[in-house]
Amino acid sequence: MEPVVIDIENITKVYVMGEETVHALRGVSLQIRRNEYLAIMGPSGSGKSTLMNMLGCLDTPSSGRYFFNGKDVSAMDDDELAAIRNHEIGFVFQTFNLLPRSTSLRNVELPLIYAGLDPEIREEKAANALRDVGLGDRLRHKPNELSGGQRQRVAIARALVNDPSIILADEPTGNLDSKTGEEIMQLLENLYQNGHTIILVTHEPDIAHHARRTVFLRDGLIESDAANAQQPEIERLAVT
Amino acid sequence: MKRLIYEFSESWKIAVAQMQSNKTRSMLTALGVIIGIVAVTLMGTAITGIQTGFDKSMSILGDDVLYVSQFPWARVNDWWNYRDRREIKTEYAEPLNRMIEATPNSNLLLAVPTSNIVKNVKRGDNQVTGIFIQGTTADYPLISVVDFNDGRFFNELETKGAANVCLLGYDVADALFPGESPVGKEVQISGQQFRVLGVGARQGSFLGLFSLDSIVIVPLPTFKKFFSAKAESDVRVKVRDKTKLEAAKGELTGLMRRVRGLPPEKKDDFNINEQQAFKSTLDPVKNSIAIAGLFITGLSLFVGAIGIMNITFVSVKERTKEIGTRKALGARRRTILLQFLIESTALCIVGGLIGLTLAYAMCFGIGKAFPSFPVEFSFGLVLVGMFVSVMTGLISGFAPAWSASRLDPVTALRYE
Repeated sequence: MEPVVIDIENITKVYVMGEETVHALRGVSLQIRRNEYLAIMGPSGSGKSTLMNMLGCLDTPSSGRYFFNGKDVSAMDDDELAAIRNHEIGFVFQTFNLLPRSTSLRNVELPLIYAGLDPEIREEKAANALRDVGLGDRLRHKPNELSGGQRQRVAIARALVNDPSIILADEPTGNLDSKTGEEIMQLLENLYQNGHTIILVTHEPDIAHHARRTVFLRDGLIESDAANAQQPEIERLAVT
Repeated sequence: MKRLIYEFSESWKIAVAQMQSNKTRSMLTALGVIIGIVAVTLMGTAITGIQTGFDKSMSILGDDVLYVSQFPWARVNDWWNYRDRREIKTEYAEPLNRMIEATPNSNLLLAVPTSNIVKNVKRGDNQVTGIFIQGTTADYPLISVVDFNDGRFFNELETKGAANVCLLGYDVADALFPGESPVGKEVQISGQQFRVLGVGARQGSFLGLFSLDSIVIVPLPTFKKFFSAKAESDVRVKVRDKTKLEAAKGELTGLMRRVRGLPPEKKDDFNINEQQAFKSTLDPVKNSIAIAGLFITGLSLFVGAIGIMNITFVSVKERTKEIGTRKALGARRRTILLQFLIESTALCIVGGLIGLTLAYAMCFGIGKAFPSFPVEFSFGLVLVGMFVSVMTGLISGFAPAWSASRLDPVTALRYE
């Protein structure tokens, strides 16, 4: 059995929006082990985004506990959370969120700068990460010189570069056409095959199907949590 | 520590990239700082110029000369206590010199009398008005700071004989004898012909204060013969060691009391003045000019700072999503704070450098166009200018940078 990376116990999140109190999460418990490929699904308003923010250490729960690699992150302050995000979590966003005026290399270097690595090491690691996603020839290109799929690959390289414990992908194909989207999903599949832990947040069943396990949220609670049926064609593609 | 250095250099790179991609906006914002720095710097040069001018004017008095005068130079509030004082007579110089010589280890060196009056000086149809005519003895060059390179000073014989000879200040000579040497030629004062023996070296003047360039010096007996009515006299005493000025003053006071024949119960009815006394009356004036000037020009810098603050707020707003992304990737509050502080500071540094360059050019231009106008551009001013620029950047950038560093990453990431 692989060790548990994420262990959340009965977390809730309550927002106060003006007069209204919104219970985004009403008590969610979840365990994610290393080298899992998990999809979080749910309609809008189900608490899916809130859960993702919790998992990504961007936000802290109103109640309940969250252990990341055994560390209690539910009581950490902003800077401690920033350090966890920097070292343990690789984010892939729907809108890529690249710095528009920086080259691919500089974009991928960013987490390493915040980690305080030396410039030579930074550049080498960033270049390697870009090669790993198939962009070895696009190191000096700026985002506006790249296609959507290439941009998302840069973002994935950026998520990988710090060798994080989990990769958190929020609708990674949401802004891509289906063919490019499929390529990105293939890239994530490869990462999973290479031992990475991937959490995919999506509302598209087709995309969620790439994962091995799906957690379905509704009204701030987990409605279902089950392994996906095996998909032989993906396995076959992955081997090639 | 290493991490901080990398964050620092990264922030500089971002700041430069940011300025390059928003050239117009950055230039306009920097313009506020440029104007502010130019104003403050020019004011600074003017103030140092005034300071130098004052000091130069003061130095004409000599820092090792005591002036025995009827009234104090410093302003007094009880003038009625002074009005009955007896005049200072030029004859005091003689007994003073005798007593100085008789005193072993005297702090005083030499007493020279002078007598002053304002007259017009003519040469043919040319006339200069309001000239100080000063009567003195052949010892005068020993206590004066003026050099008489062109020609010579009058000698003992000419003094005793009350000869009609004179020395012209630089400006007087220049006005009456443009482009020629006045030595050996004649000028008229109050209808009397005077032969010019020499011309003083140029002193320069400031705000018309004590310029030795516009005086005419004649032998004291000659002076008495023609101008004694309404003339004011004093006795100037050179001090042996200017570090012992107070002791010298005390000694001179004692000597003067003897000369005046004052009984012990009577107060001094004369004043021993020196350069310092003048400075202490003029310093407050000079300082208030400086403070008022810096305050007014400082306002323009303040307006520039508000511009910087405004544009940094805009920049934070525009790049909210970028801030969110950076935070998601592990940027701490400090990192974001530093980034925006450096952006605002970089703008101010660019503005400061341009401003200082402009101010330097202006100073140079003013110096060329109006040589008498006291402007002085110094290296210290550059340091102060750059320091002010950096501080402006830090202070005006702080509020927006702080708000950026406090942004909630979730909200920032969702911002469109």
